[in-house]
Amino acid sequence: MLEKALTGTKRYYGWIAALLVVIGVGFGCYLWQFRFGLGITGMSRDVSWGFYIAQFTFLVGVAASAVMVVLPYYLHNYKAFGRITILGEFLAVASVTMCILFVFVDLGQPIRIMNVLLHPTPNSILFWDMIVLNGYLFLNIIVGWKVLEAERNNVAPAGWLKPLIYLSIPWAVSIHTVTAYLYCGLPGRGFWLTAILAPRFLASAFAAGPAFLILLCMLVRKITKFDPGKEQIQSLGKVVAYATCVSMFFFLCEVFVALYSRIPEETAHLKYLFVGLHGHGVLVPWMWTSVILTSVAIILLVNPVTRKNETVLALACVAVFIGTWIDKGLGMISGGFIPNPFNQVTEYVPTLPEIAIAVGVWALGFLILTALYKIAVTVKEEVAGLI
Amino acid sequence: MESSKRSFLKIAGISALGLGAKPVFDVMASSGEMAKPKTMKGPKALLAKRWGMVIDTRKLRTEEDLKPMIEICNKIHNVPHYDNPLHEIKWIWSEEFENDFPMQEADFLDDRLKHMPFLTLCNHCNQPPCVRVCPTKATFKREDGIVMMDYHRCIGCRFCMAACPYGSRSFNFRDPRPFIKKLYTGYPTRTKGVVEKCDFCSERLAVGEMPGCVEVSKGALAFGDLDDPNSEVRKLLRDNYAIRRKPALGTGPSVFYIV
Repeated sequence: MLEKALTGTKRYYGWIAALLVVIGVGFGCYLWQFRFGLGITGMSRDVSWGFYIAQFTFLVGVAASAVMVVLPYYLHNYKAFGRITILGEFLAVASVTMCILFVFVDLGQPIRIMNVLLHPTPNSILFWDMIVLNGYLFLNIIVGWKVLEAERNNVAPAGWLKPLIYLSIPWAVSIHTVTAYLYCGLPGRGFWLTAILAPRFLASAFAAGPAFLILLCMLVRKITKFDPGKEQIQSLGKVVAYATCVSMFFFLCEVFVALYSRIPEETAHLKYLFVGLHGHGVLVPWMWTSVILTSVAIILLVNPVTRKNETVLALACVAVFIGTWIDKGLGMISGGFIPNPFNQVTEYVPTLPEIAIAVGVWALGFLILTALYKIAVTVKEEVAGLI
Repeated sequence: MESSKRSFLKIAGISALGLGAKPVFDVMASSGEMAKPKTMKGPKALLAKRWGMVIDTRKLRTEEDLKPMIEICNKIHNVPHYDNPLHEIKWIWSEEFENDFPMQEADFLDDRLKHMPFLTLCNHCNQPPCVRVCPTKATFKREDGIVMMDYHRCIGCRFCMAACPYGSRSFNFRDPRPFIKKLYTGYPTRTKGVVEKCDFCSERLAVGEMPGCVEVSKGALAFGDLDDPNSEVRKLLRDNYAIRRKPALGTGPSVFYIV
């Protein structure tokens, strides 16, 4: 089936070429970072994780959200989603690949990465994160590919796939849980030290991931002959609506605990993010943008009249995606490090080469996504006799 | 004729190689019988069950008092100096009371204490979170309580920096070697991309010397075995009330401050 990714229209090749250019720029900057060290980024002794790890955290969520189409179809026999499970699974493949790359570009000594396997350390959550991320990648590649192949050959998927599909459901939950455990088990980092971090991560993941999937479905319908379906998009819309509500609820629970208890270690981080601390607050406008976008999206998504209007739905999905990206991709990591253990503020702003490397990784993810979607959509078109 | 000459040279060459290689084979054969390499403690090494430090802040009033300790440490550990504060490497440095003890803020603290510099370094915790999170065991706790770094194993993921509640760890954001004022050959320099911190001068303890900072402290710092009730540090802790940084976190710091 792979050959289907190699043939396409001029527009398809143009898009691939554009992605390759962006990847090339990112790779060039990475070589610079490889030679000089992580000093070319904006990270510091106080904010020792930055943009890379934040993107990783956000994308683990996008990857995990594939379960939102897999679960209703395979566990509840919700037939409509059978049409789009492949889109969810291939989105997961692209996202997990980006996650692994973001961890890689964040390493100070990348050539020593195999030390994680040479000296396996089960008490480190990073060890488990490596296992769940790679496992999830393989599960989705195998399941997505074999089910698509069966569809193409007009036969039922092989029986041995069933256990893997069922396994992929709790596995999806595990990848974001383990990712939250990276942060929420650290003493002295008050912003992350909360039992609700994993649930909060999952809720925002099930908001942002399906929101992105809706936008991808609309795009697929527009530029190919395959229609993912109106019902499918509307059902995903409901998932986004309630996941966004739950995510907002969890966030407000955090705000209550911090502000009502008035424990300085709890409030300091929220203060830094939303009103500024010790006269510093580069993230303040971003965080309020995030809250406003998410709030507006909730109103538009919960109200059936606006949700059923696909243009409004698309706008709301963009709002959820950007709002969640700001929350997890900007605020979550910096917010945990600021103020530092000495209650001092060292601010963090990513540098241009750092952003170029991150955008390069995103472009590589989109390249994988484009190729996989091209294959899936072409197979669907063929099976339906559209081409 | 030509071919026999060539085969003669070949045989001669191989025999010469064989003779030359014999000592090498001998060594390899004998090493096969040898047991695994053993590490042994030096005859003069200072030993303890749990190394700890007591800082008598009553004897350290000004930045000037701290300077010799900070300087000797930077010197004998090849700690680089950067102008960019984001890339700073710190092993031992000074902080104010409210920064070292943010949960123990005292509203009406004596001015002397409030603006007095506090010596700040790795606490060599009894339950070190940095060791717990390291994915390669590049940071580890020794039997004598010292929390150490293996600079050659560290992959630079910086999980330990996120886990340390004391801000004791630094990362080499660039090659530190050009920024070392004067190279000290008694301790390794580090490479870019690895984490480092104070290691209680393990290299000095191994040859029977006290940590550098303790040696120049004129008695303000005491170093010894916290597990030995008769040690100097235990005596100091018996006779004085001492505080530790963020005790509520349960990490069990081995650095005590008499205030």
